[in-house]
Amino acid sequence: MVYVVPYSHVIFLAAILFLLGAVCALARRTLIMILIGVEVMLSAVGLVFVAASMRWQQLGGQAFVIFIMAVAASEVAIGLALIVYSRRRTGTIDADRYNLLKG
Amino acid sequence: MSIYAVIFYILAVIIVTFTVMAITRRNLMHSIVFLVGSFLTSAVLFYLLGAPFLAIMEVVIYAGAIMVLFLFIVMMLELTPEESDWWGFVRPWLWPLGLTVVCLAVIFVYLIFASGSGHKLPLVMASPLTFGRFLFHKYWLGVEIASYLLFVALVGALYLGRGEDIGG
Repeated sequence: MVYVVPYSHVIFLAAILFLLGAVCALARRTLIMILIGVEVMLSAVGLVFVAASMRWQQLGGQAFVIFIMAVAASEVAIGLALIVYSRRRTGTIDADRYNLLKG
Repeated sequence: MSIYAVIFYILAVIIVTFTVMAITRRNLMHSIVFLVGSFLTSAVLFYLLGAPFLAIMEVVIYAGAIMVLFLFIVMMLELTPEESDWWGFVRPWLWPLGLTVVCLAVIFVYLIFASGSGHKLPLVMASPLTFGRFLFHKYWLGVEIASYLLFVALVGALYLGRGEDIGG
């Protein structure tokens, strides 16, 4: 039987991608880049599900990736609509400039 | 090391490079294009890991729908790139990067010592027919709920995007 790679290597790659997404969401100040960071994190989780599905030879992991994609699509639709809305109200999409409550 | 392992490591390097380039660009348009490349390479990786249907869905939904939606919004808002000096751009990266290095070290050590992490993934392929039958046989309720979620997102986006009486 032909083998691809050890399970842990795929998990480590997914961990790197997830943390890159988290760093992007934490460090960037543009709202669109924060959403992009969340997208990268969701994609990394999908990679873990596919690898686990292959590891245990069960199709349930692949089924959950479909649900993750549905959640990601609706999250992006709502998030971008919110960004357009707040840009119209405040004129900026820089997260640091939303300081209306600041004393 | 089989040819599949070589392909996996090459794909991994390409994906991480594309993602790092994407999250560090100041110009939003550049980072979105790099991210499209990252998702396309992820689709090839999904195919290698035995999920051809999910590879197609990754191209269609992530690289096709979601990233094009980002492109439309960036073009619609006529954004200017972030204006800050070099240190002002780099400073917020320091503590997340520190936490990331610590986190990766912990995961690395754990994966070395965890039982079963050396288990090798066999080369198998779930055909789209098998996968579709499984999905609609066992998770039909989840599929319905996902479609309902997409409908709610559509209504919410329409409500937030309506034109009148928005002035703050």
